[in-house]
Formats: sequence, C-alpha cells, structure tokens
Amino acid sequence: MHDQPSVSELVQAVKNFIDETAGPNLKGHAAFHARVASNALASVLRDLEQRPAQESAEAARLIELLGAEEEADVGALNRKLSEQIRAGTLTPETPGLLQHLKATTIAQVEIDQPRYSGLNTAKS
Amino acid sequence: MGSKSDFENSLHTLFTRVFGENASLETFRRLSGGASQETWALSGSGEEAILRRAPGGTSMARSSAAIGLSAEAKLISAAQDVGVPVPRVLHVLNDEDQVGDGFLMSWVKGETIARPILRNEEYATARDVLAGQCGAALADIHAIPLESAPPELQTSDGLAQIAQYEEIYRGFDAPRPVFELALQWLKANAPAPRPSVLVHGDFRLGNLMIDESGLVAVLDWELAHIGDPREDIAWLCVNSWRFGQSQNRVGGFGQLGDLLDTYNAKTGADITSKEIDWWETLGSLKWGIMCMIMYEAFRSGADASVERAAIGRRVSETEIDLINLLEAAHA
Repeated sequence: MHDQPSVSELVQAVKNFIDETAGPNLKGHAAFHARVASNALASVLRDLEQRPAQESAEAARLIELLGAEEEADVGALNRKLSEQIRAGTLTPETPGLLQHLKATTIAQVEIDQPRYSGLNTAKS
Repeated sequence: MGSKSDFENSLHTLFTRVFGENASLETFRRLSGGASQETWALSGSGEEAILRRAPGGTSMARSSAAIGLSAEAKLISAAQDVGVPVPRVLHVLNDEDQVGDGFLMSWVKGETIARPILRNEEYATARDVLAGQCGAALADIHAIPLESAPPELQTSDGLAQIAQYEEIYRGFDAPRPVFELALQWLKANAPAPRPSVLVHGDFRLGNLMIDESGLVAVLDWELAHIGDPREDIAWLCVNSWRFGQSQNRVGGFGQLGDLLDTYNAKTGADITSKEIDWWETLGSLKWGIMCMIMYEAFRSGADASVERAAIGRRVSETEIDLINLLEAAHA
C-alpha cells in the first residue's frame, strides 16, 4: 500500500487548513471549536509518533509489576493493575507502582496536553 | 420554546414588567460562556440586567447534584443577606413571562475569564488581594444560615462524594489505575468531618466576577449543597483551576496561607493547609471524572461536537495532578 501522503502528512494538511483557512473565517463558538479541532489534530500527530514506543515501555513495566505473561496486551494488563489496586494488593508503598504510574501518565500528558502545568511539576 | 420572535416579544414584555411601564428593551445579546445555562445581557431606557435561564428555556440540570434556577435565585438572595458579594436578583421567571426557567439579576461589571485576570497588568492589584477576599467571601458563604437555604439543597460530605463519583466512574467500565489508587488513598486517609455548612460547590475563576480592585461578585450557585467547608477552599486550589499558574496554589493568583488567615479569623475555625491536601486530591479526582462524563456524551452519540470528544484527552491532566499529590503525600 502507498503512504504518500502518509497518515501524519494528511492530518497535518487538515490542521493547516483549519489553522490558516477555515479558522480565521469563523466567529464565536465555531471559531472556538476550530481551535479545539486543531489542538485535537496536534494530539493525533503526537499520538501517532509517540504511542508505539511509550506503550511498549508501559507493557514491559506492567508485566514486571504484575508478574504477567509476556504476550498480554496493555488494555488487559491495565485492567488487572486496576483490580489489584482496588483490592489493596498494590498500594502507594508497593515498590515501583508510583514510579510506573508516573512514567505512564507523563507519557500520556506529553501526547494529550504537553503544555499542561502539572507535567512540569511531575518532571521537576 | 417558540420561534425567536416569540422569545424577543417575551423579553420586551419581561423588561417592562421588571423596570416599569416607561422602560423599554433596546438591546439584548447572548453572552459567551456558561455551557449549562444561557446568559443574556439586556438593556434599555438606562436600565440593565442579566438574564440567566435554562438552555432554550427548558430546565435540564447539568448533573443530578445541580439545583434548579429558582432555588439558585433564592440562594443568591440568602447570600446577599449575609454580605457575600453577589448580583442582586431582580425577578424570578414565572409561567406568565414565557421565557422559560431562570431569573433576572443586576449586571455586575468585571471579568470572569481566568487568563486575563491572571496575566493582565490591570488586574495586578486585584491578584494581590484576591486570596484574602476569597477567604472572606467563603467565610460569609459558610455562615449562611442553613434554615434560609432552599430545601432543594442536598447534603454531601467527602465520603458521600467519593461514593457518588466512584459509581459514575465504574459505570463507564474504563479502568484508570491512577484513579483506582486515588480512590483507595482517599478512603484510607479521610479526615474527620467538620461541622456542615452551606458550600458553594464551584468557587473558582470562571465563576467569580473580578475587577481592578478584586472580587466583585460570586456567580453560578448551581452546585451549592450542604457539606464540609474545606471542599470550597480546596476546589479553588485544584491545579486545573490555577490555569497554568501552578506556583500560586489559590486559583493561580494567591497563597493558601493568606486565604486561611482571613477565613479562620472571620469564622473562628482553625483549618490548616495540610487539611486542604486531602480535599484538593478529591477535587482533582472529581474534575477528572467530570471530564469523563463530558467525553461520555460524545462516546454515547448524544453530542457529536469536537469539544466533547477532545475533553476526554484532558482526563490525563487530572491524573498527573493526582500523581503529584500522592507522591507529595508519600514523600
């Protein structure tokens, strides 16, 4: 299959259209939605670029924390992690738990809202 | 509601009914902001007023905890009686008005949008005194006699709110490990309750009218309830409501010590900043679940807007705030 333009290039092109052509012609609530749409596409671009490496690092940490099977997917592992925290098997004192959650959340906010103030606090 | 011209005609009649036979409505425009309620600015014959009404005139509470608009009007009057800066309620809409549910209030001049309040030079003096003013206003709100509160108000303390929001979160069946840890931590570390007071429920920039000299009015009483006084103080400290100015714990503009000094002096209470930590953690969790609720409106197909979709990607902001708070608590 072809990838010219690639998915990222197409998303970038639509974002350019919103930022440079459509957005400036909108007023009021529609103009606000155009900015939200542009920010959403910026998240899409970061997600495409950053998720593969971040999610495999997350999976590796989860497998170690939970002593799980290597082939389990991240969704199932996070469900299992949630259950064990809810059951009190894993607590803030559990070695590695807070560090894992922090690393995972930092990676998520880097994609979702990289300018969010809480991210700087977490990284400082 | 009927056509736009019916609405216009009703507004003209309403304006004259409230301001007298010689007053006629000249301009009216919808103000931006207020996702859950419509806000209209009305003026004519030298009179001005703000109309706050349900979207399209039909009441649809934004959450099961929200009180109705007529209860909100009663509450604003009760707040005025104890000296809280609020707009004056001029008229509560009735069936005869044919404008729907809502009320008319005085038009208080100032700024509600956080960004200019936190950044513009004209509000520099206001920022210096705002933490103390918020402490004083919260002390007065918490002194509103419970018997003068409208009967619609629910009672909800910290543990009840954890239960309420946990149920909503579980209903989405979308487990988030950080929320699980926050829920467990909050339950294990819940402070002894303080005597119940009338809580505003959404006391933060966006719902506060500010001018160059500081706080001029407390708005949006829709989420008021009976509860723990620390909830209001901590909600103002939630990092989401510091709008990027994390270094200033109170609303992005002030320090908690200044707020508590004024609050404690006025109320005779002895609330410490350490006590606020637990309530701030609950506040971040609540805001995170509220963002999930708003995203659910998109996921379920009820609201196809990009705004409702995108807010689902703001839940992680509250997750990083919760991590920062939990890490500090276990340092």
